[in-house]
Amino acid sequence: MNLWLIPILPLIGFLINGVFGKRLAKPVIDAVAIGSVAASFAYTLWALWSLYPIDAAHHESYFTWFQSGTFQVGVDFFVDRLNAVMLLVVTGVGLLIHIYAIGYMAHEGGYYRFFCYLNLFMFFMLVLVLAQNFLLMFVGWEGVGLCSYLLVGFYFQEKFATDAGNKAFIVNRIGDFGFSLGMLLLVTVFGTLDFFKMSDAAKGHPIETQAGVLTLATLLLLLGATGKSAQVPLYVWLPDAMAGPTPVSALIHAATMVTAGVYMIARSSFLFAHTPITMRVVALIGLLTAVMAASIGITQNDIKKVFAYSTVSQLGYMFLGLGVGAYSASIFHVMTHAFFKALLFLGAGSVIHALSGEQDLRHMGGLRKKLPITCWTLLAASIAISGIPPFSGFFSKDAILAAAFHHGQYGPYLYLIGVLTACVTAFYVFRAFFMAFFGEYRGHAHPHESPLVMTLPLIILAVFSVAGGFISVPKWLAPMFPLAGGDDLNLEIISAVAGALGIAAAYFFYVLRPSAAETFKNKAGAVYTLVNNKYYVDEIYNIAIVKPLLYLSRVVLWHGVDEDGIDRNLVDGAGRRARDLGGALRYLQSGSIRNYATWVLTGCLLVILIIGLAGGVR
Amino acid sequence: MPHLLSLVLFLPLAGLLAVLAIPTTQWRAIRLTANFFSLLTFLASLLIPAFFHIGVPGFQMVERASWIPTIGAQYLIGIDGISLLLVLLSTLISALAMWCSWNNASERGKLYYAMLLMLETGVLGVFLSLDLFLFYLFWDVVLIPMYFIIGIYGGPRRSYAAIKFFVYTLLGSVFMLLGFLALYFQYAKQFGVYTFDLTKLIQVTLDPAIEKWIFFALFLGFAVKVPMFPFHTWLPDAHVEAPTAGSVLLASLLLKMGTYGFIRFSLPLLPRASMEPWIVNLMVTLSLIAIIYGALVCLTQRDWKKLIAYSSVSHLGFCTLGIFALNQSGLSGSVIQQVNHGISTALLFLLVGFIYERRHSREISDFGGLAQVMPAFATVFAIAVFSSAGLPLLNGFIGDFTILSGAFAVNRIWAGVGVIGLILGAAYLLWLYQRTMMGPLKYEANRFLSDLSIRERLIVFPLVILAFAIGIYPRPLFEAVSSPVQEIVERLNSVRF
Repeated sequence: MNLWLIPILPLIGFLINGVFGKRLAKPVIDAVAIGSVAASFAYTLWALWSLYPIDAAHHESYFTWFQSGTFQVGVDFFVDRLNAVMLLVVTGVGLLIHIYAIGYMAHEGGYYRFFCYLNLFMFFMLVLVLAQNFLLMFVGWEGVGLCSYLLVGFYFQEKFATDAGNKAFIVNRIGDFGFSLGMLLLVTVFGTLDFFKMSDAAKGHPIETQAGVLTLATLLLLLGATGKSAQVPLYVWLPDAMAGPTPVSALIHAATMVTAGVYMIARSSFLFAHTPITMRVVALIGLLTAVMAASIGITQNDIKKVFAYSTVSQLGYMFLGLGVGAYSASIFHVMTHAFFKALLFLGAGSVIHALSGEQDLRHMGGLRKKLPITCWTLLAASIAISGIPPFSGFFSKDAILAAAFHHGQYGPYLYLIGVLTACVTAFYVFRAFFMAFFGEYRGHAHPHESPLVMTLPLIILAVFSVAGGFISVPKWLAPMFPLAGGDDLNLEIISAVAGALGIAAAYFFYVLRPSAAETFKNKAGAVYTLVNNKYYVDEIYNIAIVKPLLYLSRVVLWHGVDEDGIDRNLVDGAGRRARDLGGALRYLQSGSIRNYATWVLTGCLLVILIIGLAGGVR
Repeated sequence: MPHLLSLVLFLPLAGLLAVLAIPTTQWRAIRLTANFFSLLTFLASLLIPAFFHIGVPGFQMVERASWIPTIGAQYLIGIDGISLLLVLLSTLISALAMWCSWNNASERGKLYYAMLLMLETGVLGVFLSLDLFLFYLFWDVVLIPMYFIIGIYGGPRRSYAAIKFFVYTLLGSVFMLLGFLALYFQYAKQFGVYTFDLTKLIQVTLDPAIEKWIFFALFLGFAVKVPMFPFHTWLPDAHVEAPTAGSVLLASLLLKMGTYGFIRFSLPLLPRASMEPWIVNLMVTLSLIAIIYGALVCLTQRDWKKLIAYSSVSHLGFCTLGIFALNQSGLSGSVIQQVNHGISTALLFLLVGFIYERRHSREISDFGGLAQVMPAFATVFAIAVFSSAGLPLLNGFIGDFTILSGAFAVNRIWAGVGVIGLILGAAYLLWLYQRTMMGPLKYEANRFLSDLSIRERLIVFPLVILAFAIGIYPRPLFEAVSSPVQEIVERLNSVRF
C-alpha cells in the first residue's frame, strides 16, 4: 500500500504548475491541479477500501529522516480509523473546492500561482494527517501555515492582504513556540516522538492529578493547537485571514487546516488522557472561544467575517468536546463542519462572485431569485450549522453538548452555555442569510447565478450538509474512543429548540421588522461598540506587545546599546583615547588603507615577537 | 590520493600567483583565471568525501611536514567530519562569491581577485590546520584580504568599517595567540617537548585556574569572530560596507571560524573550563542575548543589508548555544546549523547584492512590490527567507531543532528563549519580505528592474538545491559529524567530576 502517493500526487501537481504554469494554458493548469487532487482522493478511497475495516493501524516506514545520538525520527506514515476520517474530509472536500476554484478564479490574475499554492497546501495537510510522529506532523503543520501565508497574501499588492498573511504566520509561530517546546519535552520524557511508541510508554504513566511533566507537555501542545485552530488567545489571525480568495477561506480556514489542532489533540489523546488539568483548560478555552466569537459574529457586516467568526466559534465547540473527553464527537463535528462551513464559504464566494466582489451584507439583499442554487444550498448549510435535526450539524453538535452535560458536576453549566451559544449561532448565521437573500436588493451590481463548475460543488456539499449526520463517526471511532454521553432525548430537543429560536429571532429582526434591529443596536450602545470592535483584542495586543517590542528594539537596543553604548563609548572611545595618548598613532590618520594595514600588521608581529620571547625566557 | 588536502588548500594560492602574473590591464583574463581556480578548488574538494571514511574516529588524510623546527611548529593538516562539512562549504561559497563579482570587474580587479583567492586559502587553512601555530597563521591571513576587500572596494564608510573589523579581530586574535602559547609552554613544561600539535597538546593537564585563563584568552579570539554579544558591533558596519562577495564570504565562512574554534580547540583542549558551570552559564547567556537581541534589532532596521547582517548575530547565537549545551544533539546541531547558515545567509546577501547592482540602494523603504517586476528573484528570496526562518523541509529547521533539543536536555529555559528567537526570526524576515517584495510597486525607478540573469540564476541555483536537499534528507550531514562530535562529548565526559 503506497500511502506516500496520497500526499505526493498533489505535490507533483504543484511542481508541474509551479515550473511550467506560466507557459501553460488554463485548461492544462486545471487538469493538472484538479487531476492531482482527484487522483489523491481516488487513491485514498482505494487504500481505505483495501484496508477496511482498519481494526489495527496500518504502518509504513520510508526512511530515517535524521538521527542524533539515540534519538531518531523517521519518515513514517500510517492509517487508522481516526486519520482515515481526516483523509477523506481533506481529499474529498479539497477536491470539491479545487473544482469550484476554477470558476471562482477564472478572471483573477496569478491563476497558476493560485493552484500551485492550493496543491502545495494539500500536500502538507496530507503529510500532517498521515504522519506517524510529532516532528513529521510538525512538518505538515508548518507547511500548511506557509501555504496559508501565501494564500492569505495572494493579492500581494494589497497591504491588508500581506499584513493579514504576516499576522497569520507570526501568531501561528507563537503557537508553535508551544508545539516545539512540547515536542522537546516529550523527547526527554519518552526518547521518541513516534505516536505508537509514546502511546505504549504512556500506558505506565500515572494520571496526573497534580501538574506534572505530562501536564506541562500537553499544555504546550495545547498552545500550538490554539494557534492553528484559532482559539483564545491566538484566534486573532483567522478573521483577518479572510483577505485571501474565498476558496482558500473555505478549504484552509474552515474545512481543513484550522481543524489540525483538533486532530492533533485527538491524536495525542494518550497523553491528554493522563492530564485532567489540561483537559479542563481545553474545555474552558473551547467554551470561551465559542461564546466570544459567536457574540462578535452578530455584529459583523462582512459576509466572510461573519462566517469566519462562526468558524472560530465552531472550533470552540470542538475544543469543548475534546476537553470533556468526547474525542469522537469532536472529530464528528470536524467532518460535518467541513461540509457545511465549506458550503457556507463557497456560497458566500458565489454571492461575492455574482456581485463583482461586494462582501458587505448591507449592500446585498433579495438575491434569492437571482441566485436560486446558491440560495438553497446556503440555506441547507445554515440550517445545518444551526443544529436543526436531521441536518448534519445537529448530530455532531449534539454529541458534543450531550458529552459536556454528562461531564462532572459542572457539566450542566457547560451544556447550558453551549446551547445558548448555539442559539446565538443560529441567529447570526441566519441574519447573514436573510440580509443577503431576503428583502430588496440594496447594491448596484448585476447579480447572476454562478456557472455549473461552481454550483455543482455547492450542490454536492449541500447533500452532505443535509445528510452527513447519518455517517456515524462516533460509532466508527468507538474502538479507539469509547462512546461518551449517550442519547438523551430531552437534551436533543432542548438544543434543537434553541437553534430554531435563533432562526426565528433572525427572521423577526431581519425579515419581518428590519427597523427593530437598528433600534436594538442603538439601545445597546456601549456594549454594541465593544462587541463590534471585537472587544478591542487586536488593539490591546498591539499596545501591550507589538509597540513596546518595537520601541525596545529601536530606541533601547539598537540606538542605545549598540550605537551609543558599545560603539560610541567603548569601541570608538577606546580608539579616541588611544589617539589622544599616543602621538605616534597620528600616522594612522594618513587616510590610506595600505598604511593602516602596514601599521596593524607591524604591531601584530611585534606582539607575537614579544610574547614569544617573554614566554621563551620563562 | 596523497596530498589532496594540500592541493585543495593551495590551489587558490596558485590562482593568486597566476593572477599576479597577469598585467593589470588584462582584467578579463584576471577575472577568468580567478574564477577558474576557485572552481577548480571546489571540484578538487569534491574528491575529499570519496577518500574520507565516515565514522572513523580521529583525523584523516593527515599530512605532516617539519616547518619551523626551532619552535616545534609543523605543517600539519587533516580533516574530520566537522571540518569536512566546513571545507566543502568554503570551496562552494568561495567559487560562487568569486563568480558574483563578474560584472563589477574592471582594471581595479587585480588586487580584488587576488584578495579573494588569498581569503579562500586562509579560510581553508583555518578549517584544516591541526597545528596551533599554523592555525594562527591562517587565522590572521584571513584578516588581511578581508580588510582590503572592505577598505578598498567597500561603500562610503568603508574606511571606518575596515579599521573596526581589523582592530576588533586582531585584538581578539592576539589574545587567542596568548592562549595558544600558554598551552604550548605548559605542554613543554610537562613533556619537555615544544609542539603546537593539537593531537599532542590534548594530553596536557592544566591547573584549573590556568585552564580558565586560557579559556578566556581563546574565547576573546573566537567570540569576536562569531561574533558573540557584546563583541558584535563590527559586524553590521563591515557587512554593510563590504561589496557583495565580501559580505557573502564574511557571513558564510569567516563567522564560522569562531564557532569552529570553540569546537576544535576550546572544548577538547580545555574540557574542565568548558564545563565549569559558571562559564557555561555565561556562554549560554551571551548566546541567548545574541539570539533575542539580534532578532529585535533586525525588527527596526531600515537598511536591507544591515538587517541581514544583524540576523547573523541571532543565528550564530543558536550555534554557540548548541556548542555550550555540550551534548551530542547540541554540538551536531551547531555544526549543521553553521553549514545551513552559510547557505541561507549567502543566498540572502547575494540577493541583496543583485538588487544593489541594479538600483544602488539598500533602503528597505525604496522598494516594495518587486515581486511584480522580478518574479524569479522574489521566489528565490522567499526560499532564502523561509530557509533562514527555519521552515521544515528547508535546511534551517533541522539544525534549529537539534540545537534546541540539545539545549532543552540541559535547561528548559534555554530552549524556551531560543524558540522565542525563532518567533522573532519569522517576524523580521516576513516583514522584510513584505516591505520589499509585496504591495504595489511604490517607485517608478523599480518598474524596469530586470529579473535574475542567467548567471545570477546559476549562482543561486546550487544554494537553493542544497537548502532543499539538507532540509529533506539531512542524514549525511548528521552521519558526518556524529563520530567527531561523539569524541568531543566523550572527552568532556571523561573529565566530568
